[in-house]
Amino acid sequence: MRGFYSRKIHSLLGVIPLGAFFLEHMLTNFAAVEGGASGFTDSVLFLNSLPLVFFLELFGIWLPLLYHGVYGLYIAYQSKPNLNRFNLERNWRYTLQRITGVVTFIFIVWHVFETRFQVTLGNVEHEELGGLMHNIVTQPLLLSFYVIGIVAASFHFANGLWSFLISWGITVGPRSQRVSSVICLGLFVVVTFMFLLSLVTFRDSEFQNTVALAQSLKNLI
Amino acid sequence: MAETAAAPKNVKFIITRQDEPQSSSYTEEFDLPYRPGMNVISALMEIQRNPVNAKGDNTVPVCWDSNCLEEVCGACSMVINGKPRQACAALIDNLEQPVRIEPMKTFPVVRDLVIDRTRMFNALKRVKAWIPIDGTYDLGPGPRMPEKKRQWAYELSKCMTCGVCLEACPNVNEKTNFIGPAALSQVRLFNAHPTGEMNADDRLDAVMEDGGIDGCGNSQNCVAACPKGIPLTTSIAEINKQSTKHMFKRWLGV
Ligand code: SF4
Ligand code: FES
Repeated sequence: MRGFYSRKIHSLLGVIPLGAFFLEHMLTNFAAVEGGASGFTDSVLFLNSLPLVFFLELFGIWLPLLYHGVYGLYIAYQSKPNLNRFNLERNWRYTLQRITGVVTFIFIVWHVFETRFQVTLGNVEHEELGGLMHNIVTQPLLLSFYVIGIVAASFHFANGLWSFLISWGITVGPRSQRVSSVICLGLFVVVTFMFLLSLVTFRDSEFQNTVALAQSLKNLI
Repeated sequence: MAETAAAPKNVKFIITRQDEPQSSSYTEEFDLPYRPGMNVISALMEIQRNPVNAKGDNTVPVCWDSNCLEEVCGACSMVINGKPRQACAALIDNLEQPVRIEPMKTFPVVRDLVIDRTRMFNALKRVKAWIPIDGTYDLGPGPRMPEKKRQWAYELSKCMTCGVCLEACPNVNEKTNFIGPAALSQVRLFNAHPTGEMNADDRLDAVMEDGGIDGCGNSQNCVAACPKGIPLTTSIAEINKQSTKHMFKRWLGV
């Protein structure tokens, strides 16, 4: 019984609110592509001007993330992959779901420490986040780390949505599961593309204006 | 005609053996004369008749389980060339050589290729995979089943509790207590039956216990591995649907 509910909650939180926030994050980043540095700053400021933003973050992001992440690590630990015996597409996705889950977990911890946590510490202002990102993605090593993190998170999100639809009994027959596979895989491609596009945009020198600040921060840590 | 007079072919077998439930396993090789139409069971019978390994040493015959010899009882399930399947239906002509045979280690190994599938029968008991009709008086005929439903339900009833789907599942292992796909599919079967339906909630309560439906991780190996072609992933998704509905009903008290 406990297993049933904890697994159901894990599955639900992955989509609402975490999946929803993931898409929201994608759109905020994409503001950098569409509106440049000022567009990005505007949408960051807009988000942070939402009422009760502290509680929104707490119940919409931090606690769900903690639960989904920690319980997810346990699920990954419990699995005994057998791709060597069953080299099948669905089994690949099953295995990748667990691998990308762990990768995403590590990536998010690092990413949150580097950005959101620095805001909490008072080292960075919201307006300087664009510059901070510029500073990160102009370093090849960190850029590749971000690319890996983005691809992993996008896959985990899209494929997780596919298995969410099964776990809640929404897609039952083989046909509906095939159709949802195609849709979710398409979603994976689109989401990855949009995130990567924003990432590349952050390399643009117009984000550099606050780089000096970010640089001094780098020296601090 | 010249071909038939050619020197007899040999077939090489590499068999994973284990003397006792607790002892460690080892492999032993056998070279057996090829016979047309031979399968893994007839090869094991040949070893039993003449227990000499590839080195020419006398050895203890390999133990295995089998019964129907026509792929309906499930007793002879083992891992053949990496795939869990029925030995009686594994024709040597269709197998890559050397033929590697191992027990299905997801289950406790009793000896050599003999495994103990008790956990599967316990799972069937746990989910109440039957229709209770016993009573003190004749209840009369039950409701009829629509023919269309009978047709797909019949497919589910073909399950022989062979254990191949558990062996194929990455979530059935020593770190979990997942009951596996077979029993979940039986819940669907008995919940679909017009009389069985009367106890549907009991079965759903059972699959919502630890190790039940939540153990599925959607690798979908089971449906690919099942020798009876049972639509296991459809059954699991259907039970997901039924148990989700059941969960809300329980909350709302309807
Ligand atoms: S569902 Fe198929 S693989 Fe699983 S026990 Fe039944 S017959 Fe064997
Ligand atoms: S002996 Fe019955 S399935 Fe092989």
